[in-house]
Amino acid sequence: MVGGLVFDFFVFPGLLFTLSAGVIASWLVRKVSALVQWRVGPPLLQPAYDIAKLFGKENIIPEESLEWSYLLVPLMGPAGLLLSSIILVKANYPGTSFVGDIIVLLYLLVLPGLAVVLGGMSSGNPLSSLGSNRELKLIIAYELPLLLAVTAAIVNAGGGLRLAGFTSEPVVASISGAFGFIAALLCIQAELGFIPFDSPEAETEIMGGPLIEYSGPLLGLFKISHLMALLVLPLFLVTVFLGGFSTGWGALWGALKYVLVLVGIILIKNTNPRLRSDQALKFFWYGAAPLALLALVLAVVGNLAGIGWL
Amino acid sequence: MNWKSWGISKSPWLYHVNTGSCNNCDIEVVDCLTPKFDVERIGGKLVGSPRHADVLMVTGPMTRKSKPRFERILEASARPFIVAAVGTCACSKGIFHDAYNCVGPVRKVTEDFDEDIMVVNIPGCPPRPEAIIEGLDAGLKALKEVEI
Repeated sequence: MVGGLVFDFFVFPGLLFTLSAGVIASWLVRKVSALVQWRVGPPLLQPAYDIAKLFGKENIIPEESLEWSYLLVPLMGPAGLLLSSIILVKANYPGTSFVGDIIVLLYLLVLPGLAVVLGGMSSGNPLSSLGSNRELKLIIAYELPLLLAVTAAIVNAGGGLRLAGFTSEPVVASISGAFGFIAALLCIQAELGFIPFDSPEAETEIMGGPLIEYSGPLLGLFKISHLMALLVLPLFLVTVFLGGFSTGWGALWGALKYVLVLVGIILIKNTNPRLRSDQALKFFWYGAAPLALLALVLAVVGNLAGIGWL
Repeated sequence: MNWKSWGISKSPWLYHVNTGSCNNCDIEVVDCLTPKFDVERIGGKLVGSPRHADVLMVTGPMTRKSKPRFERILEASARPFIVAAVGTCACSKGIFHDAYNCVGPVRKVTEDFDEDIMVVNIPGCPPRPEAIIEGLDAGLKALKEVEI
């Protein structure tokens, strides 16, 4: 029993799996971006090289930083994403006795964004606190449509709050599910900090934003958090909206769905300009949130009237 | 060869410092990122903060005003890192050789600040992007020999 638990946490679907799949996902982001720009792009293990290098570099702690939070906060992101990865993958295999709860998952998925905010605030640099400010605004913007879309999916699937309830048939195969999926995809784009919602990290204006003072291993932890997020967040979409994955050929089909979602996100990233904070807020509250609300209303109506395709 | 310098040679992150150059070398540095030369093939990318930098790409003859700023950047960068002096001005002050307002070259200023920092000279006015990539490669290879 204990051996199984250790295996879950450290090998599959825990640390080792999340890290190696995250490295490949991160490479995919850079490679596809490079191909879109007619470049060759980095070799397969480039994200791993980056992290190995960062762990070998000096760790600078700025004098004006709040030291304990500056040092502790980078661990928040990987911890939260590791747990959510375990919950997600476990919930997709019905044989296990584990009950995946979607509310817990939603809480855990806020942790990486919160870690970036706290890290920026505690590093004592004006540009990084500006970046934290923008990140916080972005979180306020995308949480509303994301929660509405997930609520629509819960009502649509009718399986309660258990993640396993979503995987019997894909939610996206109905009108409300499709609307909810589009809204959630845009929220995931913002949660990953990709263009058009990368104002917190705007490299040309505030030079990496909240991470500007971080160097060496602590920066490496933030990079690990980001590449884990590249695995977990699209996997979350696949599980809740696209029917998840199972054993055998189902696993391959699930992986294909995951790659398609990821490539979609990368293509949105590469073909759009950056939005200002106020534009992003308007986009999410006046654009994506009504769409998700519409999905919720349709799902409730479909559920009450017993119409499957609504 | 130890793993720290191996890591840097596998993913050199570039930080761009202008110490009074005419912008010609700066454009050639940015040229290295374009599709034709694509320095990301060897893991290089441009970063915005000296805290993240592995290679400082310094252009220009080091004017009197920019020297203290450059020294602050050297202080802020996370070690180990190397300095690449891009262009003839940065290597030897070039046509600004006897100018009263230039205190370069980059190698002298860097070595006055800290003798252990490695400096690579990439001459040319401006150096071709191939020359910049070759200089980077030479610097990263030389870094492997040094014990960090």
